[in-house]
Order: sequence, then C-alpha cells, then structure tokens
Amino acid sequence: MKEEIIIAGFGGQGVLSMGKILAYSAIMQDMEVTWMPSYGPEMRGGTANVCVIISDRKIGSPIVTRYDTAIVLNQQSLDKFEHSVKPGGTLIYDPSGISDHPTRKDINIYRINAIDVAAKLGNSKVYNMGVLGGFLKVKPIVSLENVEKGLAKSIPSRYSDLIALNREAITEGMSSIEEINII
Amino acid sequence: MAEKILMKGNEAIAISAIRNGVDGYFGYPITPQSEVMETLMKEKPWETTGMVVLQAESETSSINMVYGGAGCGKKVMTSSSSPGVSLMCEGLSYIAGSELPCVVVDVMRGGPGLGTIQPSQSDYNQIVKGSGHGDFHNIVIAPASAQDMYDFLDWGFELAFKYRNPVVILSDGIIGQMMEKVELRPVKPRRTREEIIRDCPWAVTGKPASRQRNIITSLSLDADVQEEFNRKLQRKYAAIEENEVKYDVYMTGDAEYLFVAFGCSSRICEAVVDILRSEGIKAGLLRPITLYPFPYKEIGGLAAGMKSIMSIELNLGQMVDDVRLAVNGACPVGFYGRQGGNIYTPEEIVEQFKKFNNLV
Repeated sequence: MKEEIIIAGFGGQGVLSMGKILAYSAIMQDMEVTWMPSYGPEMRGGTANVCVIISDRKIGSPIVTRYDTAIVLNQQSLDKFEHSVKPGGTLIYDPSGISDHPTRKDINIYRINAIDVAAKLGNSKVYNMGVLGGFLKVKPIVSLENVEKGLAKSIPSRYSDLIALNREAITEGMSSIEEINII
Repeated sequence: MAEKILMKGNEAIAISAIRNGVDGYFGYPITPQSEVMETLMKEKPWETTGMVVLQAESETSSINMVYGGAGCGKKVMTSSSSPGVSLMCEGLSYIAGSELPCVVVDVMRGGPGLGTIQPSQSDYNQIVKGSGHGDFHNIVIAPASAQDMYDFLDWGFELAFKYRNPVVILSDGIIGQMMEKVELRPVKPRRTREEIIRDCPWAVTGKPASRQRNIITSLSLDADVQEEFNRKLQRKYAAIEENEVKYDVYMTGDAEYLFVAFGCSSRICEAVVDILRSEGIKAGLLRPITLYPFPYKEIGGLAAGMKSIMSIELNLGQMVDDVRLAVNGACPVGFYGRQGGNIYTPEEIVEQFKKFNNLV
C-alpha cells in the first residue's frame, strides 16, 4: 500500500496541520510516512501545500509530481493540481469560492463543503478535520481509532479537550462528502 | 518499543542536541534551517540540562562562539544554511587549525549569493573540498532522513572529539523541512567538569600546578613548526580515510549500471533503481554517507563491473569529480543535476539515464 497525497489551500485553512494529523495517524498504524511542506515564495503569497506519503514500505523519494489523491481547498490549488492526479486517482475539493470546477473524466471527483461542517459544529477551526473526514470516507487508509491517537499526538496537550470536537468534525465530514464523478 | 515522534529534520537536530548532552548552541536564523533554533528556544534546555542556546548577531559571531566553547572542551555546535555557512568558513579554518571538535549543520539551499531558499546540494565543493583557507578537511556526513539528522548529530560529536576536528552535517532543505518518524535514542547526559578535564587534556579548563598551560591557537610563524603541524594534520586525515568511510548500497549485487547520490538525492535514486529494475534493467545505487572521507575504494571496486555510473546531484556537477577520480576510467561516468530549487523526479532521472546509456 502506498498513497501519495497533496493537500493544498490558503494559509490558515489548516492544510499543514491536517497533513500532520494524517501522517501521525499513519505512524500510529505502524506505517511509514513523509510530510513535505511548501516553504517557498508561494507560501509567503498565502497559499500552502503539503505532500504526504503513506506507505507500508520504506519511502524513497519524498517528492512526487503525480498524486493518488489531491485535496484542494481553493481555486489556485485546483488549477495547479487537478492535472497532477494520476489517471484513476482521486480529487477532493471544497466548492466554496470555486468558479471553475474540475473537468477531468478519468479520475474520481468528490466535493466536501467543509465550511458547512465547521458551521454546524460552531467552530471554524475544525474546518480541516471536516475535510480529513471526507478523505477518510473515500480512502479509509487509517482507522478512526488511530486518527484519534494521531490527533492526541498532534494537538498541544493544553488543547486536549478539543479532541472530541475534532473527532466529531471528522465523522460529520465523512457523512457530508458527495460524489461528483465516479469512474 | 521506543517512542516514535513525527518531526522535521531540523527539529530532530535540536531534540538530538538536547538529548545527547550538547553544552552549547550558537546560531543565527536562516531559511530553511530556522526550526533548529526555534525548537531549542521552545524546549528551553537551559532549564533542564543546562545547555546554552544563544542567538548571535551574525553567523561569523556564532562560529567564533563555537570556537571559544570548543577550546574549553565543551560539546558545541551551530547550524545554518548555505549563505550563512559561507560566513562561517573562516571560523572553520581556525577551528581545524587549532584542532578543536565541533559540529556544524548546513541545511543547504541554492546559490550562489543569496540564491534561493529552496533545497539544493550545491555546497558540496565548499564543504567537502575546503570551507576555508589552508590544508585542512572537515569530516563531512550526509543525512538522508529525519532519523539520520537525529542520529548523525551524536555520531558527528563522536567523530569530532575522536579526531579533534570540525564535523559538518551536510543536509539540505528537503531533509530539514520534511517530517518523518523519528525514534528517540537513550539520553546521554552532559559531561561533568571532571569528565571534560579527564577526556580533553588539551582543553583550557583552568591550569593546575601539575601541568603546563594549554594554548589554543592556529598561529605558528616558525616554518618548520608549521610544516610539521600540517604533516600531523595529514596523518590524522589518513587515519580518518582509513577508518571512517561509510556508505550504503541498494541493489548493487548484480548491477550493471550504478547511480551515486547522497542525501535527499539518494532517496530519489532508490525510486529510480526500482523503476529500472521493473523494466528489467539491472541498476543499483551507492550512497556515500561520509563525503569526506569519500568512498573512493568502494566506488572504484564496483566500477570494474559496470556498464556506466551516473552521479545524480542537486547542483550542476560537483561530487561527480570525486566519482570520476574513484572510477579512474574503468567505465563511462555520467551526470544529471537540477538547480534553483527544482527537484528531479525519478521518471526524469530514468529518462536522462536512458539517454546517457543509449537505451532509448
């Protein structure tokens, strides 16, 4: 098993921490992971992305240009990464603020309106966990039990009371994700 | 089972320094290595182990603080990235000329000049071939993972004290910024004053009546004394070359084609070897772990049975010179590199490999 994922969006949407929680969850499941962020000028311009690779074997190259899954949370990221998804791969996007929707027919496309998820739970900070829930529904590569352990490892201990809320957002995200194009 | 923590290579350096009894860190921020000092400041080791963490006013200053600490027999270090390391080169020459131990971490970015903040391996020549004036070598070790960053810091200090010589951990923006799982090793406490006096009889630790004063200097104006000192250094380097070469091989057993790559590039080349093997092409990889001493003998030994060897580097051709020296004409030597923060993909290297070997 090897899953190469790009997560991309605006700074502040929780892209990097979502990647970290996913990576930590995979470690809890005794898998190999790499988490490689963008740290260049594009990050200083407000967009952020992170490439997370999860594998049951040692990971060679931490940098890839074709992804099994792209999770894109703004128009720039959709434009940039739609064409980097491997044929037969998966694209998950948040439709808020998207005017040009994905067009590819050779990949599975899902939509997650995670702002609604966060609004329903009354905390905008769990936005990214809504997205993560959607991803885990489509690609259950780590168990929810290990995600909870990953959350506990990633969140500073002074915020440990928020784990339950994050867990709730993940569950809500799982039930909110919609199929757009299934091959 | 030891605890496994997800951390950046840069964070692993900082955590390893605290857990391996480092006495002092002196640094100055620069992308892509700033998390080293940021992590140290967050962990506040001065409250636990007593380790000093100090932000100097410049890289020139931080390497000279390292020089001072090293002269006292302390385990001291600094870290920076390429432009900052250029400023440290004078200090490295003085530290080597005074035969003092220290560890310097270079998380390489692209140059020349301010260049780019993106990953690069273009300090190979600067660090492996020189990093300052005079007839000296740094011991240079090249990590390829966050775990290596953690482990090589301790190994680096071991080598530095064994040979009383600066050790450079030659890393890059990928290894520094990437998070991976890191297994924490058992804690080594900082050495006591008594232990330093016992283990470092050369250090300036306060002169007792029982011995002459220790002098830390790189200056000797007497021609014969200076020549003999340099010959002594060369004897030390001969011992390092004899004893400390370290490298790793991947699928070289029956290989007909060899890649040589260090650091992050060696990981990318593992994927290249896998792709070529899946196409029935017998490729293998040698990863030099020590860049000085360089595995000349090992590469030379493999060269005899190879159709070709390619050096793959994130620069436009530096280590390839050492590969050519090692191969010494035994087979064709090729090179492929990228610059400016562009990172080659495994598929791109496969294409270049086929072009070089006329396999297209």
